[in-house]
Amino acid sequence: MAMTMTQKILAAHSGKESVSAGELILADLDLVLGNDITSPVAIKEFAKLGKDSVFDKNKVTMVMDHFAPNKDIKAAEQCKMCRDFCVEKDITHFYDVGEMGIEHALLPEKGLVTAGNVVIGADSHTCTYGALGAFSTGVGSTDMACGMAVGKAWFKVPSAIKIALTGSLRRYVSGKDVILHIIGKIGVDGALYRSMEFTGEGLSSLSMADRLCIANMAIEAGAKNGIFEVDDITLDYIREHGGAEPVIYSADSDAEYDEIINIDLSQIEPTVAFPHLPENARTFDNIGEVKIDQVVIGSCTNGRLEDLIAAAEIMKGHKVAKNVRVIIIPATQQIYLDAMEMGLLRTFIECGAVVSTPTCGPCLGGYMGILAAGERAVTTTNRNFVGRMGHPDSEVYLASPATAAASALTGRITSPWEVMEK
Amino acid sequence: MKYTGKVIKYGDNVDTDVIIPARYLNTSDHAELASHCMEDLDKTFVNRVKKGDIIIAGQNFGCGSSREHAPIAIKASGISLVIAKSFARIFYRNAINIGLAIVECPAAAEEISEGDKVEADLDNGMIRNLTTGREYKTAPFPEFVQKIIENGGLMQSISNGVI
Repeated sequence: MAMTMTQKILAAHSGKESVSAGELILADLDLVLGNDITSPVAIKEFAKLGKDSVFDKNKVTMVMDHFAPNKDIKAAEQCKMCRDFCVEKDITHFYDVGEMGIEHALLPEKGLVTAGNVVIGADSHTCTYGALGAFSTGVGSTDMACGMAVGKAWFKVPSAIKIALTGSLRRYVSGKDVILHIIGKIGVDGALYRSMEFTGEGLSSLSMADRLCIANMAIEAGAKNGIFEVDDITLDYIREHGGAEPVIYSADSDAEYDEIINIDLSQIEPTVAFPHLPENARTFDNIGEVKIDQVVIGSCTNGRLEDLIAAAEIMKGHKVAKNVRVIIIPATQQIYLDAMEMGLLRTFIECGAVVSTPTCGPCLGGYMGILAAGERAVTTTNRNFVGRMGHPDSEVYLASPATAAASALTGRITSPWEVMEK
Repeated sequence: MKYTGKVIKYGDNVDTDVIIPARYLNTSDHAELASHCMEDLDKTFVNRVKKGDIIIAGQNFGCGSSREHAPIAIKASGISLVIAKSFARIFYRNAINIGLAIVECPAAAEEISEGDKVEADLDNGMIRNLTTGREYKTAPFPEFVQKIIENGGLMQSISNGVI
């Protein structure tokens, strides 16, 4: 039976020769992740089992990133609950303020995920690690609790959409524009319950930062997971970050796909998703004059060093537009340090932006950049639902770091191609 | 299981950010979460929802964040069942795992109106609109999922040695 990449990984983790779409399986987990919002619910569920320990203290990780550094007393209580649990259960990979970063930037950086892994995380953007050739998917807190207890999760084996990439991206166009383009094409439930498998000769032109960003937003098309074919770029990344020995699963040449979408990367333009769904993707021939109040550059989607470099290149030597607040959030401590040493933080600060410690804060309307009624933000985050970044009457426009940086300078949604030479 | 209640109806792509806004995720207290359920979509929900009521919605219900606080808030607000044209996958498994009854039925979701009284018998896969008299057939859950539901959720299934 021919299988997709995802199906091969799931078969190998459920002790089966082969699996097919629609089959329900119980799979062994290589890593179980939670954050400061989802873990407390999981910890309460875990307690009901009366177990003294988790299935493997090296395969459970908790990252305090959403409302940390603690935004209020309740958030502090939730982080404390996670901390106490991890100390009591002797969890190896517990990341608190000082070591933590935004989970989906942090785990690949720390080498905790490698090709061929099965990972669940109580966070919908856990699909990010598909960029490393892993099967990785978001679940809820009860699944996390079950995963911590027995190291297994149930899955319905997904069918897949193949995204065949050709060509290479133009200047100031990045993975974010690619994924917004794809979601605009297929819709927020266009890949519902299915895998998105990224393959083709165009892969070689996509950096790991681009791939992580694209896989990150597979969930915004409703996908169960997004996964990239493993190549030398993947293997170099895993090696550099001290990841475990990769196991490479390639799709069979006769694997069945529900749909094949061909994307010529050289045709992708700077793309912006208008409120209030990520599928409302527009290119600049259809954007017009949209004044903004805030810009956020960061998040699990676009808080990596490459993203900050792209923003700094555009902002260097300029000033942010009057009455626009610009918040830059390096996703991890390492990225923060690298950005500092490269002089990027100086560029941002001289430009009139603020630079924050790693946190998910503003992306989900937690803190560190909440919008008032009627305000608009251009952000490099991943969701623009009603009220996502603050008041239900505020608006979020999703864009790449380059577009966000260009917009910061003009005070309206602006293509990087307008402020820079193509 | 049988469910009977009055219908509260919503459209497509109801996301977990409107079901329970992230500003309330600094708690996991069920009653507190329920007190903000649907706040950014429908401010009247909390005051008008009655125990046993049924939510009917369009496509991709529960899309977005994996927060289990969303099905928890719905269940704790008194809703007995959610019928939708389709569910986002994380919401779907979360609802099963915590024991919030859900069922996909595009025809019922299309035709049943706000305020109708509905009876659903999920064992037999029947939904009946008591207001109009129309009936709808639903597909049964896969056996594996049925086992989780019968055992009272995922954690109970582990305790019972089913998983």
